[in-house]
Amino acid sequence: MLAGPPPSFNAGPPTQPMQQQAHPPSQMYPNQFQQPTLPPNFQGNQHQPPALPPNFQGNQQAPPAGPPTYPNMQQQQYQQQPTLPPPSSVGNQPQFPPQSHYPPDNQQLPPPTHFPLQPPAPGNQPQYPSQPPMMSNGINQPSMPQTYPNQGPPLPPPSSSSVAATSNSLRPAPITPNQFGPPPTMGVPQFPSQPSFPNQPPSNLAGMPQYPGTQPPFSGPPSTFPSANQPPPPTGYPQQQLPPQYGSQSHLSGPSTVPGSQLNGPGTYPGQMPPAPVQQQQQQQQPYQPQRIDPDMVPNVVQVLEQSQEKIQQPFITNAPGLLPPLVATDFVCQDQGSCNPRFIRSTTYTIPNAHDMIKQSHIPIALAISPLANLRPDELGPPVTNFGEIGPVRCHRCKAYMCSFMQFIDGGKRFLCCFCEAATDVPTEYFNHLDHSGRRMDWYQRPELCLGTYEIVATKQYCKDEKWPEPPAFIFMIDVSYNSVRSGLVEYICHILKTDLLDYLPKDQGAETSNVRVGFATFDKQIHFYNIKNTLGQPQMMIVSDLEDIFVPLLDGFLCLPQDSRGVINSLLEQIPQTFANTQETETILAPVIQAGIQALKGANCTGKIYLFSTTLPIAVAPGKLSNRDDKKLLGSDKEKTLLAPINNVYTKLGEECAQNGCAVDLFVFPNNYLDLATIGEVCRVSGGQIYKFNYFSIENDGERLHDELKRNFQRTTVFDALMRVRTSAGIRPIDFLGNFYMTNATEMIFGTIDSDKSVSVELKHDDKLPVESNTYIQAALLYTSISGQRRLRILTLALTVTSAYTSLYPACDLDTIMNYITKVAIRSVTMSTPKSIRDNIITQAANMLACYRKNCAQATTAGQLILPETLKLLPVYVTALIKCDALTGTQTVSTDDRSLLMQRVMSMDIKGTFAYLYPRIYALHDLDENNLPPPMIRCLYERLSESGAYVIENGLVMYIWLGSQVNPTFVQSLFGVQTGHIQPEKCRIVDLDNPISRNVRTLLNMIRNERNAHMKLFVIQQRDSIEPFFKNYLVEDKGFTGGASYVDFLYHLHREIRNILQ
Amino acid sequence: MATYQEFIAQNEERDGVRFTWNVWPSTRLEATRLVVPLGCQFTPLKERYDLPPLNYDPVLCTNKTCRSILNPFCTVDYRAKIWICNFCLQRNNFPPQYAGITEQLQPAELSPQYTTIEYTLMRTPAQPAVFLFVVDTCMDEDDMTALKESLQMALSLLPTDALVGLITFGRMVHIHELNCEGMTRSYVFRGTKDYTAKQVQEMLGLMKQQSNQRPMPGNPNVPPQQAPNFFSKFIQPLSQCDMSLTDLLGELQRDPWPVSQGKRALRSTGAALSIAIGLLETLYPNTGARIMLFIAGPCTQGPGIIIDEEFKHTIRSHHDIEKDNAKYMKKAIKFYEGLANRSAVNGHVIDLYSSALDQTGLHEMKYCSNYTGGHMVMGDSFNTSLFKQTFQKVFAKDNKNEYRMNFGATIEVKTSRELKVCGAIGSCVSLAQRGSNVSETELGMGGTNAWKICGIYPNSTLSIFLEVLNQQQGAAQGVPGGQRGYVQFITQYQHLSGFKKIRVTTVARNLIDATTNMPTIAASFDQECASVAMARIAVYRSDTEEGSDVLRWLDKMLIRLCQKFAIYEKDNPGSFQLTDTFTLYPQFMYHLRRSQFLQVFNNSPDETAFYRHYLLVEDLTQCLVMIQPILYAYSFNGPPEPVLLDSSSILPDRILLMDTFYHILIYHGETIAQWVKAHYQDLPEYENFKQLLQAPVGDATEILQSRFPMPRYIVTEFGGSQARFLLYKVNPSQTHANLGWGQTAGAPILTDDVNLQTFMEHLKKLAVSTTT
Repeated sequence: MLAGPPPSFNAGPPTQPMQQQAHPPSQMYPNQFQQPTLPPNFQGNQHQPPALPPNFQGNQQAPPAGPPTYPNMQQQQYQQQPTLPPPSSVGNQPQFPPQSHYPPDNQQLPPPTHFPLQPPAPGNQPQYPSQPPMMSNGINQPSMPQTYPNQGPPLPPPSSSSVAATSNSLRPAPITPNQFGPPPTMGVPQFPSQPSFPNQPPSNLAGMPQYPGTQPPFSGPPSTFPSANQPPPPTGYPQQQLPPQYGSQSHLSGPSTVPGSQLNGPGTYPGQMPPAPVQQQQQQQQPYQPQRIDPDMVPNVVQVLEQSQEKIQQPFITNAPGLLPPLVATDFVCQDQGSCNPRFIRSTTYTIPNAHDMIKQSHIPIALAISPLANLRPDELGPPVTNFGEIGPVRCHRCKAYMCSFMQFIDGGKRFLCCFCEAATDVPTEYFNHLDHSGRRMDWYQRPELCLGTYEIVATKQYCKDEKWPEPPAFIFMIDVSYNSVRSGLVEYICHILKTDLLDYLPKDQGAETSNVRVGFATFDKQIHFYNIKNTLGQPQMMIVSDLEDIFVPLLDGFLCLPQDSRGVINSLLEQIPQTFANTQETETILAPVIQAGIQALKGANCTGKIYLFSTTLPIAVAPGKLSNRDDKKLLGSDKEKTLLAPINNVYTKLGEECAQNGCAVDLFVFPNNYLDLATIGEVCRVSGGQIYKFNYFSIENDGERLHDELKRNFQRTTVFDALMRVRTSAGIRPIDFLGNFYMTNATEMIFGTIDSDKSVSVELKHDDKLPVESNTYIQAALLYTSISGQRRLRILTLALTVTSAYTSLYPACDLDTIMNYITKVAIRSVTMSTPKSIRDNIITQAANMLACYRKNCAQATTAGQLILPETLKLLPVYVTALIKCDALTGTQTVSTDDRSLLMQRVMSMDIKGTFAYLYPRIYALHDLDENNLPPPMIRCLYERLSESGAYVIENGLVMYIWLGSQVNPTFVQSLFGVQTGHIQPEKCRIVDLDNPISRNVRTLLNMIRNERNAHMKLFVIQQRDSIEPFFKNYLVEDKGFTGGASYVDFLYHLHREIRNILQ
Repeated sequence: MATYQEFIAQNEERDGVRFTWNVWPSTRLEATRLVVPLGCQFTPLKERYDLPPLNYDPVLCTNKTCRSILNPFCTVDYRAKIWICNFCLQRNNFPPQYAGITEQLQPAELSPQYTTIEYTLMRTPAQPAVFLFVVDTCMDEDDMTALKESLQMALSLLPTDALVGLITFGRMVHIHELNCEGMTRSYVFRGTKDYTAKQVQEMLGLMKQQSNQRPMPGNPNVPPQQAPNFFSKFIQPLSQCDMSLTDLLGELQRDPWPVSQGKRALRSTGAALSIAIGLLETLYPNTGARIMLFIAGPCTQGPGIIIDEEFKHTIRSHHDIEKDNAKYMKKAIKFYEGLANRSAVNGHVIDLYSSALDQTGLHEMKYCSNYTGGHMVMGDSFNTSLFKQTFQKVFAKDNKNEYRMNFGATIEVKTSRELKVCGAIGSCVSLAQRGSNVSETELGMGGTNAWKICGIYPNSTLSIFLEVLNQQQGAAQGVPGGQRGYVQFITQYQHLSGFKKIRVTTVARNLIDATTNMPTIAASFDQECASVAMARIAVYRSDTEEGSDVLRWLDKMLIRLCQKFAIYEKDNPGSFQLTDTFTLYPQFMYHLRRSQFLQVFNNSPDETAFYRHYLLVEDLTQCLVMIQPILYAYSFNGPPEPVLLDSSSILPDRILLMDTFYHILIYHGETIAQWVKAHYQDLPEYENFKQLLQAPVGDATEILQSRFPMPRYIVTEFGGSQARFLLYKVNPSQTHANLGWGQTAGAPILTDDVNLQTFMEHLKKLAVSTTT
């Protein structure tokens, strides 16, 4: 696993002196390690000494800001620094931790400088046999496994203070419990050891074999610990009681230690937490050891993904309840054999606790992430559409659940038992069929609803508004034609692309020959201009409405037309619009009336649809929905930020509700040059199920292509209208909370003006009662919608889960991706109600509790000093650290208010894949692409992993950066951008369509990324040490945040300490 | 008294004035005892082709309270170059340019033959008139097409310098920009809202020039470049926008909003009219402008709603109105009256062109035409020749090739001291000008001595009522019978050519002592004029009073008149005899009582409004036709002759031609009808029959061509359903009740109405009775 790097590390470490600081217990985080100092060391180690330093320095400077909270600490730190050999100091510390840990326990243990993650596990060390060896080996590799366990750096138990720096990582990420941010400053020496996390990674890895039962244990870990590899002897293990200290339970091997439960084993890291007092740690540190926690040793995303991908050789078959699906970021094929494809619904856990107590204890949320229209792989079977004709969908007469594969037919097929409420319902005669010897209907295999977890039914009239068949949806384009918009070229460009090809991309239903989506056009400034594009007209007609108080649509017939019928008039209209407004002087615009008009137009035409609204400025003209500039960047990041991020009034919220109720949504394309109050106007998108696209300082040159592509993607993704979703569950549990962008009028139904394949909602479940342990629990999400061709349909998604009363079954069944998706959304939702600090604290507390509960119930055999992570949750710390510093949650003044609002809204509708990408960006090296091997392997989000002579792309689903190392080959730049290295301009730079392998490969890769994300992400090109490099660095989530926030390794220390606090 | 008839005719010919009494009693008391009020029918712009063109300003009396105009009745001292005003006796010097006048060399205005004279004011620049078409689009395709054609035709009939604009409405109101290239543009307003003029201005951006230039930072370079584009984008000279407007009209669509079954189309007539008025008010105040409103149904929403969109709610009838069952009526009337007043203030005319089988709300909207001198046209469809030809006539020209329409007329009445002005009835509004000669007694629109007629035509006629003051001294001591009263009508108006003109009519009548000269006064009675005056008063009163009260009042007045002027012995009906000048009057009154003006039975409120409108507009002759239709008979027995409007005139071998002003009806008697059915007219040997059939048609055509609005033309025959138009007009001297065996002449009318003979019997009885 981590093997690769060891040599280098070794090399490195030795040279560097370790600095360990003893922290006063009181100080929580040793942010202590001064990042600056550390880095150099690391770098040195890593080979990039020269380059790094500067960076670090940069960082160092930053730190000061961060520290404020702990002024004292800093000072101390600084002081200390001097004493220490600069290079060694920082970096070492963390690394040392292991040593230090030992120190605490056995201070001398240090030998194992190598331990990548030094667990300060005091007692542990001894236990681990391995460790010592590791040490001896000198390098991590071997140690890795062992290390994990041990690693638990010697934390000063009492003080929660986190541990010293983590691994080699460049950054000094000290984990400040409080602020993760800026610990960097000097603190270095101080805490080093304490928090040292056990180098969990290894342990985790070891754990890999997570999936109990089903999947074979990962081999990955083998090298490391034997134990780890150990048999996945997964049987639920008995819960062992832990003596307060477990030395090292076999970390990895957790399993081994724990009888039976594989789960534990694998997942757990033995984090060792030496009770050692801080001072001890310091001492330990002092003996510096070249290495601190080896970041390679902590569980890391890239490695986990690679390993789990390797394991996926066969399709994931949903033929039994409670099967844990592969990780969301892996590439797998699913065969629907009863439960729906995990792409549609994933659960935070596939084994539901039987009682609420367990949830309360474990803090594992029971929630579903539902993407009802998720795109499937081409080789997966899409939901078949069935048609029951007049009788309509077959449903349970009591709870109204729809027929699904889990309904049980009785009485020779005359009745069926509902799997949700257990009521027996008579089978309609038209639907009757005999049962075979096993009690299954004879036709079960022919009927999708009886054998699949996902199917669609054509609805009957009772499912339509006013019992009338719906019309096909319509798209309305409403374009700002005020001065700004015209001058930036936006108006002309939009008209141009609509005219040339966009209208050819209008969506059509599967199998349909042509799109029957009608389109309508309107423009606005202080007035609204509607256009009549009826095909019988010789020229378009413009109708101007300036009565904004009570807006109305001046025409009906002719406003919405099929492009294929009215193409001539539309084209001439799109030519006329830019001309007509070319000389406009109008700078004020309106917005609410425009949206209102769109809704009315659709209402008037009696159809559903979408409003594409292109706006450039804050609507300040006198009209309903008038807004004013209330931006105050200073508030961002403070406790008062919620006032800025919450809508100022409910005008736009009401509009959104009206949209949702009328089956339409607003997709808002904004092109601001300054504040727009997206927090307020974005409400209309949020509630209606629309989306915001933002193009700052729009220019055709920079953003034209992106706008075009986004529109095209928007048109082409699967979108349905006037949708209503309801989630039904087995008795004893029920949905209580719903997160996402939609509208609710009662406690159970989510109403979407539109919903598309990129959108997801989360539903939290709550126990009403205890569930019988031996039974299954069923979930059914039913989405009633109008398709793009105007057909009213239902999509039924059913999922079966198991029930348990044992934590040892619960943890192995957890899906971390889903948990993070849920936690993220909950956190974002509370931004407008709570304060940033309490939100972060809550997240950390929850994470710590989840792990602590595991520790308490499933890994009692471990020592207190060990950080033990369940296999399924071993990436939790890295995700949490990413989450608490992600810019949607923790925006500071570097993210504009509007961008923040935008991010928050985006996150709320993200599916699991989206949150995963957002929390842990992908990095690919561009300088050595092989066209036969795309995409290349992912790279961890660590600055140190970037080579000065390389070029990388990083993307998180929302933005994309290309980073050019300072020593990057000029030919590379030339072949990619067609300019000299010196002429790279961050925003302007575009990848030119050049005919050379580099350009081709890069473009192919970028297109792959875009297609995978279904978004044309804004691309920034930056060079190492650019002034804007810090923005880029902010996405390297394992490093310290650029505005604050602990590095991964630091955070591990912190988390560990939290856990220990909880356990105590 | 032939002389009086001649005198009357001559005066009418020359001045367009006919007085009810041509000799006036000299005391107020006596004047009021005349029963028929002293007054005149005045046709201000009576067509006169012999007037000399005077391109200078009139000479005014310098008395500030008088300001009357030099006229032939003034005493002129040619040597001193002084003239004495015949109204206030002020001595005035002639202005310098009159220095050369002598008894031989008189300016036209002093010539006795020019008691009516017209000045053209050259100082004010000509201003073209504005034509704003306000078009309903809720109508079926045929109507729409026909209307579009009519409008396009209208463009070709207008003077090229005229300004035009277009507003269309249905559920919404569209104000069209003219002269747009590439794309037509219109501002749209909600039809359910009553916009103030200010809102309209703001929303149309008419205020922009001022407001926008100031707060436009960063664009100081946008100068008031409005200069070249002087005209608003909504109202432009026809010469500039002819093409685009023609296209615009051509592309005009029916209102696209769906109308569900059982509902009326949503029609925002009120809002559209309000916006049209607001637009003109802003852009062209006090300029001749004409809003031509075309409607194909009632306003069904917003301000001025007449009936809601549910078909099950029928539009109000007279019955509903009586029962106070017309939900929207009062509000609507108030609304349209308000609009009419606004429009009148600015001198803008509102024409109502209504074409629908059902009512369209003319009843509520009538004030728009009545107050502004607009036309009111009622038809069944725009796709009828009735509408098309009527509309064409709006733009007709006279013999001198000049448009007959004129704008913004004000009529001021100057009187000599013996007289005061009580009021006027006609298609006008009061200017509320309280001069010294304004009487306390109001009759019609009183309290003023000046009125405004925004749209005035050669036939526009006003009833003006006067009052005689007591001339205790003057009458007693002055020359008996030698005293004269003077009235001067000063009519200022804007000719369609754009020039301002002033027409001055000065008349004089003798004042005599009624106590001694009653026969003279009786002999000067103009019964035709009196009939029309009484009819107008009755109609005017009907607006505010119950129909039966009005009838009772008319009866009372008739009886009183007879008591005063007839010769009879008390309580002896047989002795009752009327003098020559009164003989026709009871008959007119009889027909007036039966007319559609006062009898609403069988008429819708819209029809009533329509009929009454023209009674208030037309000149005396036409009004008489309306009151008592003319009936001509054509037969082999002799040349065509006028016959009594009586059932006895309906004979089998006659063809009758009836002209009621609103209808032209040709009726074939029973025998004639049979002949026609037998196609005798097609046989060469019956050429004479063919000619007989042709004769009334030719005459009817003549009438049709000269009349505005086009009458409904009906050809019917004995027993034909349309014959009812004839039957209900004629005096039912024979009815089913009194038709005896063997009587062959005439056709019995199935009615319970009293006939003229009975009416007269009663009248005699009551007149001679001592108890009434």
